Amino acid sequence: MKITNEQLKEMYLTMLKIRKFETSAMDLFADGKIPGFVHLYIGEEAVATGACANLREDDYITSTHRGHGHIIAKGGELNYMMAELFGKEDGYCNGKGGSMHIADATKGILGANGIVGAGHNIAVGSGLAIQTKKTDQVCICFFGDASTNQGTFHEALNLASVWKLPVVFVCENNGYGISVSQERHQAITDISVRGASYNMPGITIDGNDLFAVYEAVGEAVARARKGQGPTLIECKTYRWRGHFEGDPTVYRPEGELEAWLKKDPIPRVEKYFIENELMTEEEIKEMNDNVDKMVEEAIEFAENSPIPSLESALKDVYSDIVEEGRVR
Amino acid sequence: MKKMTYAEGIREAMRTKMKEDPNVILFGEDVGKFGGCFGVSGDLWEQFCDDRVRDTPISEGAIVGAAVGSAACGIKPIAELMFIDFLTVGMDQLVNQAAKMKYMFGGEISIPMVLRVPAGGGIGGAAQHSQSLEAWATHVPGLKVVYPSNAQDAYGLLLTSIDDPDPVVFIENKVLYAMQNDVDENEMKAIPLGKARVVKEGSDVTIITYGRQVYDSLQAAEIVAKDGINVEVIDLRSLFPLDKETIVKSIEKTHKAVLVSEECKRGAYTGDIAAMIAEELFYELDGPLMRVGALNTPIPFSTELENYVMPNVRDIELAVRSLF
Repeated sequence: MKITNEQLKEMYLTMLKIRKFETSAMDLFADGKIPGFVHLYIGEEAVATGACANLREDDYITSTHRGHGHIIAKGGELNYMMAELFGKEDGYCNGKGGSMHIADATKGILGANGIVGAGHNIAVGSGLAIQTKKTDQVCICFFGDASTNQGTFHEALNLASVWKLPVVFVCENNGYGISVSQERHQAITDISVRGASYNMPGITIDGNDLFAVYEAVGEAVARARKGQGPTLIECKTYRWRGHFEGDPTVYRPEGELEAWLKKDPIPRVEKYFIENELMTEEEIKEMNDNVDKMVEEAIEFAENSPIPSLESALKDVYSDIVEEGRVR
Repeated sequence: MKKMTYAEGIREAMRTKMKEDPNVILFGEDVGKFGGCFGVSGDLWEQFCDDRVRDTPISEGAIVGAAVGSAACGIKPIAELMFIDFLTVGMDQLVNQAAKMKYMFGGEISIPMVLRVPAGGGIGGAAQHSQSLEAWATHVPGLKVVYPSNAQDAYGLLLTSIDDPDPVVFIENKVLYAMQNDVDENEMKAIPLGKARVVKEGSDVTIITYGRQVYDSLQAAEIVAKDGINVEVIDLRSLFPLDKETIVKSIEKTHKAVLVSEECKRGAYTGDIAAMIAEELFYELDGPLMRVGALNTPIPFSTELENYVMPNVRDIELAVRSLF
């Protein structure tokens, strides 16, 4: 599949937005400005970016607890995301979701998810909805290596396959289920082999190679749109940070992170720009500066957003019922 | 008036909505050509074919998950689990996903799904096919819980549940499936959730119940009537939203209440209603709140043991008499 220069620049911009948003979230968490749990996507940017570049606005994604990257890649807006991380009224979920529960129905983002393995069957449901409505939309289901040990993974692949649903299962194999490395949590090396159990194509690719992700997911999306069923794509990648911010990562062998830092997906694209004379160093710097500004604006937006009213805690439990609150 | 079974009431509600709206679909284990484990879906597959009435693998996580995901994308799914006991396998999708999505996404996404679950004992199903787990569902903010006792209510409440924008756990009592009731053909219409029905008016004591125990309660009421005790029987019909108004009105009249359900008593939803009455109507009461339920055991297999563990008419009668 041919990638136009414009598409590539757009993807590079997306990767920068993810990297810089996440780096800021890391700092803000360390400064105590973001409560709760934060799971960062730094190092895995090529997966969400390359995958979502194949989607239209009316396509769907399901995400995970490490969801910021997917949401940005599917068009989520930094201001609303950052305000949500701050727990503010203008956040995507009016401060009721936080980092792990951002959704945007208008962009087909069916939500980040705090339960490992829960997105698989929601994606299947999304595929069922598409099939029922007889449209050519697709759903990409993002998930990590450890979630492929949940029963839900197997239930979802089986049902998606038997019903030929338009779902692309994109596994981000970042080598760890929290602190437990892949060789300690499953007896296979390539998760893509599990596609065979469900008679669906399963491939393994370099998840830090934007081009490889774009192409592999592109082919799977095209198959899905034509009604040819689901695909399992395993993207080998690595999370630079711990499972959550504050994780001391004592479980990582010496030198492992350093080796992966050398495979940073972002400079690989920059190198391509320079070598093929698509962008100059100055243009790259300018784009970086612009994204820095976007993230700064998002932080400002979040800081200026009001704290949600206490009454709002009672809203949206149901569509038509609001129970009484407490009087203090 | 015509006769209709409880199962037919449910089926006809599904048929009505499926004819009306192409986005209403039904899926679950053996709901297709087989017609459903208890025959509830019957001939729907013949009418609506594979696209709209789908057999699923035995895969409850995927069944409930597919309901959540398709509902989030604009479909109105009706998912059937063969037994409420199997909800354990799909519980994450119901509790952490369906019930939470609207709230934790700031109202962005609605989940208009119906999860139909056959519940209750009395058919020799033993411990894993006989439970009454309604309290698990009523406990979770974000879920609505409906439990009809007769064909007309099953029809009207299911029509409403399918159109409801929130996830509804629609509990069906297995023993009632084959029971025929008179239905008023002119009244075959949607029944709002949260409206209880006073099945029998009375002045001396209120029985608050639902499902199969409505019939046991009516029988107990008949027995004590011979001794001059005039019982009012309320069929809640929907457990959440709960029709507090009807409960309050009745207790203000009778000043006595007995709560009856098939659940084992420990942690039962009747306990929650009793607590509400104690908090809000304590000074209206002139006797203790009584509860009737199953014993705190799993449901045993042997008919004699099952009958011993399950609540019956005599238990209700004794509870009522103890207040006089």
